[in-house]
Order: sequence, then structure tokens, then C-alpha cells
Amino acid sequence: MVVSRVEVTPAAADLIRSLHGTHGPLMFHQSGGCCDGSAPMCFPSGEFRTGSADVLLEELDIDGVTEPVTFWMSSSQFALWRHTHLTVDVVPGRGSGFSLEAPEGVRFLIRSRLLTEDELAELGD
Amino acid sequence: MTVYAAPGQDGAIVSYESRYDHWIGGEYVAPAKGQYFENPSPVNGRSFTEIARGTADDVERALDAAHGAADAWGRTSVADRANILNRIADRLEQNLEKLAVAESWENGKPVRETLAADLPLAVDHFRYFAGAIRAQEGGLAELDDDTVAYHFHEPLGVVAQIIPWNFPILMAVWKLAPALAAGNTVVLKPAEQTPASIHLMMSLIADLLPPGVVNIVNGFGVEAGKPLASSARVAKVAFTGETTTGRLIMQYASENIKPVTLELGGKSPNLFFDDVSARDDDFLDKALEGFTMFALNQGEVCTCPSRALIQQGHYSDFLAAAVDRTNAIKQGNPLDTDTMVGAQASNDQLEKILSYLDIGQREGAKLLTGGERADLGGDLAGGYYVQPTIFQGDNAMRIFQEEIFGPVVSVASFSDFADGIKIANDTLYGLGAGVWTRDMNTAYRAGRAIQAGRVWTNCYHAYPAHAAFGGYKQSGIGRENHRMMLDHYQQTKNLLVSYSTKKQGFF
Repeated sequence: MVVSRVEVTPAAADLIRSLHGTHGPLMFHQSGGCCDGSAPMCFPSGEFRTGSADVLLEELDIDGVTEPVTFWMSSSQFALWRHTHLTVDVVPGRGSGFSLEAPEGVRFLIRSRLLTEDELAELGD
Repeated sequence: MTVYAAPGQDGAIVSYESRYDHWIGGEYVAPAKGQYFENPSPVNGRSFTEIARGTADDVERALDAAHGAADAWGRTSVADRANILNRIADRLEQNLEKLAVAESWENGKPVRETLAADLPLAVDHFRYFAGAIRAQEGGLAELDDDTVAYHFHEPLGVVAQIIPWNFPILMAVWKLAPALAAGNTVVLKPAEQTPASIHLMMSLIADLLPPGVVNIVNGFGVEAGKPLASSARVAKVAFTGETTTGRLIMQYASENIKPVTLELGGKSPNLFFDDVSARDDDFLDKALEGFTMFALNQGEVCTCPSRALIQQGHYSDFLAAAVDRTNAIKQGNPLDTDTMVGAQASNDQLEKILSYLDIGQREGAKLLTGGERADLGGDLAGGYYVQPTIFQGDNAMRIFQEEIFGPVVSVASFSDFADGIKIANDTLYGLGAGVWTRDMNTAYRAGRAIQAGRVWTNCYHAYPAHAAFGGYKQSGIGRENHRMMLDHYQQTKNLLVSYSTKKQGFF
């Protein structure tokens, strides 16, 4: 099995499929800072301009979604997160920021665990 | 002790309307698409009013109203504008208790805080900017005997303001007061978690402002915030929130070549040097309260002192006393004036905090107290409560590096001055910091060495107007809470005037 840095729960995959049906290709950018910081923000692909200050953690393969959903984070934040594995989940909530799912009454949420030594080795960390 | 009745209940001193539309051009306007969303109280998780779900059409309508009012408001004399701000302050002060209860119900924060901090600070903020604009002067430079450069302050015009949910009224006032003082008209979007208390405030002051000077469009970020932030019709965007949205707002602003001010949070260190524990006196008691400030407003403060750094010499004793102080926090009904810690503002906020309590333990941090959701039972059973929590760990852990925005503090020790400053500055952010010491030289040196916009020295979580507030590093751009914020809401007009009748000599 290929080691991943980011996975999605079945509930999050359902929501991604639904948002994809409405908005087309999607991307995530992991936020930091206050209020809704630490939440993953979901945008139409290309809405948020990534650059040299960002790292592409994963291209998520979601059943029923034709193209991969990219998952990005600023490189400075990634330096502090890279030892952890992230799972995108979804919970009832309001959110803030411009993430696409908030009007649906739900919010993407990150759950984390430590990457194992084997996983880190495979990821080259 | 007083326990206020919930807004709208028997004996309540304040009631919310059952529905809030947009406030545009001095009247309530139904949303173009006719949709509304529920607004639950975090105190019990139940909805208490419904809110217009704004879209781009509503934003355009609000911008029309703001543009219609901008010219006259910008030409209103500073004396008149200041008088209006002072009248707003008086009106809020007369209704302080009502607004305090209403905001507590909407946000979940304890009413003791809204009574003693949020509302009095909001009142004073209007008065401060009323004074600041009266006292502001332009400038002139006599370049030579014939030539004078005059500098005038002019309003930007129509500005966009996106408000966070952690201090629904105060954060709106931090943005409104300087913008209005400087002669701008405003389109403001409240947070979707806490839109109603701003409307309640607006309903109390509506008669004091010309129609269209302040417009409020409710709604979700993607549906209402984005068309506002990306509009070519706004001269500036002010935002308080998190980094991804902050970058997106800068991106939109860059498309229109517009300025932004951003307040994006922090991971504020709170340093306790050994000499704090030199005596068992009032100062030590104050420092222990300073530690416990991590739980103020349920930790939902951009400057939450969420990293407590304690020098090794008194580490064990100070931390033990700090744990006791934390365990003495009274958590409960936010409308009880004895309650110190209330409810988190939303379910997703609660879930996010719980996810950090999980990863903190997975990373090996030691839980000293708290660590779980609090079930307060009874009428509060559906509310979003978290136990005040202390972790002991290492600054490399994620709970030391990310803003949890909950009542959670991560504690580490430091050996000496250099080590303390190194850990304090080992963060992506630089909004707030605290320094506690009896030695004035240590206090000064530490305050200057910490890379943060605000270093509370032998105090914490005070937010008086006239003390600049804003971030270093990734914490944002701009300084609120001070007359320098006027610069962020003003253009500089230079008239370069020649009093010579002689030609310049080029042609």
C-alpha cells in the first residue's frame, strides 16, 4: 500500500463528491491562525493561488470525482505538521472563511495522528 | 451573583427579533434570493433567530447604498462625525447591559466578560476615535520660499469589513470606529456564527447615522464575503480571521490593486521568569491570573496566551499553583455573572478543539488538567463546553504551534533569558506575548526581543484604545486600536503649490 499524508473519511468523500457536482474541480488549502484556522479550506480548483510558499501534500483520489483533489499547505506550516498524518473529516458546523461547504451546515475538519517510522521512511522524511 | 434570563425568555432584559434581514441604506432589506439560515446559541445549541443568507446581489445593493452615502459622509465635518461617534458611544453605554447579555447568548462567552470588557471597550473605542479625528491634523512643508507642500487626509470612500465571531460587537467596533471617523462608508459582513448581536447594536444606533453610512450584509463567506472582498467597488478590505482566507483576500485585493488590513491570529507566548515567585504576594497572584488568562473567552482570542513558558528555577512550584488556579475556574451558564468560562462559539469549533486534545496526547504531551468536553447537563446539555486544559510538552509539538482557539494552554520550561526568547520566537506568528518579571531590565529586554506586535508586560489581555494592536510575521498587516488605524482608512492628498509667478524655465 502506498503511504499517504492525507486521507478522507467516507463522510468527507461524500461531501467532496457533492461539492464537485456543484462547483466542479476542487482543491484544499490547510489554514492556520485564528478563528477558523487549522481548518482545511475547500475551494474551486485554482481559486486559491498556490505558489513557491506552498507544498502539495496529496492529490486525493475520490471515487466518482474525475480529477484528483489537491491538498495544499503553506511550506512554513508543513514544516511543523510533516510528522503527522491528516484525515479530512466533516462535522456539523458553520465554518467561516470562504470554504465551499459552509452553507451546507457542515465543516471540513482535520483529524491527525503521528506518522509511523515506517511511513516516514517511505515518505523520505 | 446574577443569572440573566436568556434573551426572549420571561424576565429577560433583551430580546432578539425572530429574523434579521440585511441592513442596507438605513432599512432592513430581504435577501435577493429569499433564503435564511438558523442562528443557534452555543449555550444550548438551539436556534434563537434566523438570518438573511446574503449573496452577490445583496452585496451589490449594499455597495450601491454605501457609494450613495460616501460623498456626503466624507464631507461631513470632523466635528460632526466625532459628535455622532460620541452619541453612538453614549447610546451603547445606556444599553450596555442589554447588549452584554445578548452578545453572551449569541457567542457563548460569559456575561461577566461582556459586561466588564467587550461592551465598555466598544463604548470607549467610539469615544477614542471621536477624539482622534478631532485632533488629527494634516501637514505642510515649506519647500522653499515659493513652494509649499500641503498634505490632507481624505477618506478612502467605501470600505469592506469582515468581522470574526469571537468578539462579535467589539471586533466590529474596532473596524467601524476608525473607518467612520475617517469619513468612509462601510459594508460590513458579520461572522456567520454571530450575526445577530451586531444587528441588535445597529438597531440601537440606526437613528444616529445617515442612511447608507453603515450597511450590514449577512451570510456565508463563500456566498457574501467573497463578492464583497473581491469587489472592485471597495477601496479597502479589513479582515480578521485565519491565514488561508487572509491570503485569498490579499489575492482578490491584488486584482483590484486595493489595500488590506489583516489580523490573522497567533500562538502567543507568556513568559514567567524565576523572580516572579520570589515572594508570595499580590504580584505572584497577578502572575498566576496571567497564566490562567488562556481560558479567557474560552481561549477564543487571537492573542490567547496559549504557550506558557516558565523558567526552570520556579517551574514546578509555579506550575502547581497554576494548575490549582485553573482548577478553580468556574465553568457554566454564560448568563451567570459568576461564570468565568462559558461555551465555545460553535460545534465545529468544539470539534476542532477536541481534535487538538487528541493530537496533543498522541504527540506525547502530558495532560495536567482538563482534556475533555465538559457536559454541564440540564439546560446546558446541548452546549459546546470544553474543560480548561493544561498540557506540558515541547515547543515543536503541534499544540505549541497552532492556534487551537480553545481553553488550552501548552506549557514548557526555559533555562535562561536567551532560551526563553528563542522558544518564544519559535513560531510562525507574532501577534501577542506576555512577560512577567519583577526586574525592569529583564522586562524591557524581553519585550523588545520578542517578535510580536503587542507584548503585555506584567499584565495580559488588556485592550485599551490608544495601545496599538497588530501582528508581526504571519499574524497580519496593520495596527488597530490606535489612531494609526486612521492611516489605513485614509488617502493622503498632496497639494504642491507654487507661489511664484515666474516660469520654471524648461520651455
